[in-house]
Amino acid sequence: MPLEFDPVTILDAVLAGILTGTVYALMATGLSLIFGVLDIIDVAQAGYVILAAYLSLVLEQSFHIDLFLGLLITIPLLFLLGIAVEVAFIRPIKRDRTQLSILVTFGIGLVIEGMLGVRFGTTERELDAWYVTQGVKVGNFYIAYVYIFAFILALALIAALFVLLYRTKFGRSVRALMQNRTAAQLIGINVERVSAITFAIGVALTAAGGMAYGATTPFNNNSWYDLITRLFAIIILGGLGSVQGALIGAIIMLVCSDVTAVVWSPIWSSAVFFFALVLLLLFRPQGLFGRLATRKQ
Amino acid sequence: MKRSLNPRLIKIAWPLLLLALAVAFPLIFTNPALVNIAVFALIFAGLATSWNIFSGYTGYTALGHTVFFGFGAYTIALISINQHLQGGFGIFLLVPVAGVVAALFAIPVGWVALRTRGHAFVVITLIFVFIFQLLAYNLRGITLGSAGLFLPGPGFGIDWFLLPYYYIGLAILVVALAVSWYIRSSRYGLWLLAIRDDEDRAEGLGVRTGISKLIAFVISAFFVGMVGAMYAYFLGVVYPPYVFDPALSITIVLMAFLGGIGTLSGPIVGAIILESAQQYFNIYAPTGFYQIFLGALFLIVMLLLPQGIVRSLARLWRAWRVRRGAGGSPVAPERQPVVVEKG
Repeated sequence: MPLEFDPVTILDAVLAGILTGTVYALMATGLSLIFGVLDIIDVAQAGYVILAAYLSLVLEQSFHIDLFLGLLITIPLLFLLGIAVEVAFIRPIKRDRTQLSILVTFGIGLVIEGMLGVRFGTTERELDAWYVTQGVKVGNFYIAYVYIFAFILALALIAALFVLLYRTKFGRSVRALMQNRTAAQLIGINVERVSAITFAIGVALTAAGGMAYGATTPFNNNSWYDLITRLFAIIILGGLGSVQGALIGAIIMLVCSDVTAVVWSPIWSSAVFFFALVLLLLFRPQGLFGRLATRKQ
Repeated sequence: MKRSLNPRLIKIAWPLLLLALAVAFPLIFTNPALVNIAVFALIFAGLATSWNIFSGYTGYTALGHTVFFGFGAYTIALISINQHLQGGFGIFLLVPVAGVVAALFAIPVGWVALRTRGHAFVVITLIFVFIFQLLAYNLRGITLGSAGLFLPGPGFGIDWFLLPYYYIGLAILVVALAVSWYIRSSRYGLWLLAIRDDEDRAEGLGVRTGISKLIAFVISAFFVGMVGAMYAYFLGVVYPPYVFDPALSITIVLMAFLGGIGTLSGPIVGAIILESAQQYFNIYAPTGFYQIFLGALFLIVMLLLPQGIVRSLARLWRAWRVRRGAGGSPVAPERQPVVVEKG
């Protein structure tokens, strides 16, 4: 297979990787946050992303609301959904959270997939707007405006999340819970409330992620399987429960895929990253920024 | 009240009776649609039982067992195509070969995956499914990619062509069950259960945890590979998304949980229930309803019956007997996993 090394093309690919990587980072930080605080793996995270993409589709097609403006509706909607899911399905899991949470959230993802299938069928959809079709030429590539807008939005939301985590009282409770759940409870943090809100924030972040995903990738109700693997790969690379790790992991993954796609072949785009991930795990099972899984006290 | 039957005898008689029923089933119910469902149920029961050998005993939830399903399926397809084999019973001889190939691949996969623990292990096994699905799509020289590989037709008599698959499926299931039972009652099984309960303490007490986990992983992969090979021959075609299927991986886990994880009969009960439901929905329900049903079932089982149907029913049954004063221990203690230490 001919390998192509054109520096401009590679730089373009790196740029595209950073732009999309930030959007993935937005979805992955939610996942990592939920993992860190609630000690569960939320398989349904990608299901919410697809759900949000469909919500944006409905708002755009039936109500002619701009995709970015529609976020003002979808973000609160998904926040409420997150609260409801946490209270109804996550909170009742008292023991063996690792195993049971994966299966419970997988069940939620399946219900979402099935409902979307009943309502929209399995035809592939794509979100449409002027900034999806128009773009600017950078180097040899043509980058649609939506990538740039989504990048700015994702950066803004991630920044807001960091401010929330590191500059507010609520953020301090969240970080306390990530460090030690029992101790946090002992010093008077309302663990259940903080858990529910954190979960809902993680789900609400997918509203923006879903819109950006839907505007850049054709999707149907099955797309969440592929997406959740990418998100998992990102948070494993970054280290489970590390918000910074999710951010950096996402950018590494997308840059790696995009560069592979132009240098080698698009069909192998995710292969190189996955193999790199496996190699990394051989030497650093906890990922880049994670703590080693140790015995529960 | 006459209660002279030796409990040990009952313990042996029940499985034999069930086995006899299973052997007689396709001879009594000759309706091909019914036998077809039974073959699928055996395939899934075999998968869930094999999965249980590793995950049920060690407590490591593996979501990637379709990797070995896929290896088994591709092995049987590639050998029979490259050797220009005609259909017929001969191809069934390749089923154990496919199992061995899957087990060989399980050594490096398990070695990498088992370096992680807990959540990371679950996720990394799922990622392996996608890696191999990607390879199966893209290594067109070997797998023909999305065009798929076609196996030779069975060439059995048209009115009984389901029977060989049924009995091979049953044989794999019975052997997997026997191995599962043997491991459980062995010293090795005790090690695995110790890993499940507290891995660090087990290691401290001298259990060689690393190699024990890997061996269970490989045994489990061996059986999954055989089931995969049988499945490929049954369907007659191998496509990457059908055999390296993440949803199938997770369905196996649900089957084991539905019936009761770590029990012998649980995975079979779960597989029979789930497989019948799947067939029903495939035929009678429009797209999407099966996922809703499956998802709702997941939620109900996980939240209300986390110990599975078999254990929950057993507990209800004991409670009922105690209420009737029909004997048994009045306290009806929770049944602990039975382990017999040897040597």
